[in-house]
Amino acid sequence: MIKDFIDMGGYGAYIWPSYGVTAVVMIVMLVTSLRGLRENEATLQSLEVSTEDKS
Amino acid sequence: MHKYANPNQFLRIANPLLPWLSGLTILCIGVGLYLGLFVAPPDYQQGETVRIMYIHVPSAWMAMFCYSSMAIAAAVGLIWKHPLADVAAKATAPIGACFTFLALFTGSLWGKPMWGTWWVWDARLTSMLVLLFLYLGYIALVNAFDDPTRGTRASSILVLVGFINVPIIKFSVDWWNTLHQPASVIKMGGPSIDASMLWPLLLMAVAFTTYYLWVLLIRIRAEIIGNKIRIARLKQVHG
Repeated sequence: MIKDFIDMGGYGAYIWPSYGVTAVVMIVMLVTSLRGLRENEATLQSLEVSTEDKS
Repeated sequence: MHKYANPNQFLRIANPLLPWLSGLTILCIGVGLYLGLFVAPPDYQQGETVRIMYIHVPSAWMAMFCYSSMAIAAAVGLIWKHPLADVAAKATAPIGACFTFLALFTGSLWGKPMWGTWWVWDARLTSMLVLLFLYLGYIALVNAFDDPTRGTRASSILVLVGFINVPIIKFSVDWWNTLHQPASVIKMGGPSIDASMLWPLLLMAVAFTTYYLWVLLIRIRAEIIGNKIRIARLKQVHG
């Protein structure tokens, strides 16, 4: 049953890499975007703190 | 219209949307995958490989949708100097490039068992490859200048000139002989695809669209903060 599902009528070798790479690309895109946002937020905060120190 | 050009105003509207977009994306992907992998039948001609359609077709739609959105944003940015439009175009490009890559990659994996080849230099596949290069060219150009406004201007013009490629992709299967099958969903006379296959396809298309909007809002927020960082650094230097 599970073996049939993975085998996909003999086309599993084409179908699963399609789904796998799509999942990886979409997750990496999301994670790098979130990480970029967090980094920018942290940088801005430290800049604001350092300008407050000066004034 | 210009009310929304204010980045802070935009963030007030965009931030509450984020949990809805992420929830909708996960829900539609879950149901779409269940229907596509377990419920939908194999195709009478293509067998189980038809299941690649549920990610291949939405990727290709999004590749063109993202590029069209970028072209509109670039035009608004050029004509009305709308600062958020330029940010939106820049934030869309990497997402669109990912979808274009996925359309090409999954198409290749579908082509091998069905056409007997990974790749053919026909109009549909070649114009899609050109789209990928347009995205990559835009990303390279927009980041190539020390002065961000010059990079934005040059890359916006590139996007608008390259937009001619989008109708060529869409109609390439009608205009030229190709191995690629013609449209079966967005066409005159309605979809010619069975409901059991149409539903997972549409759900995945909705999921990919909400995913795009979700990541787009994250990237726009990051860009807005990036601009604030640049201004804060200039202030530090000039006192």
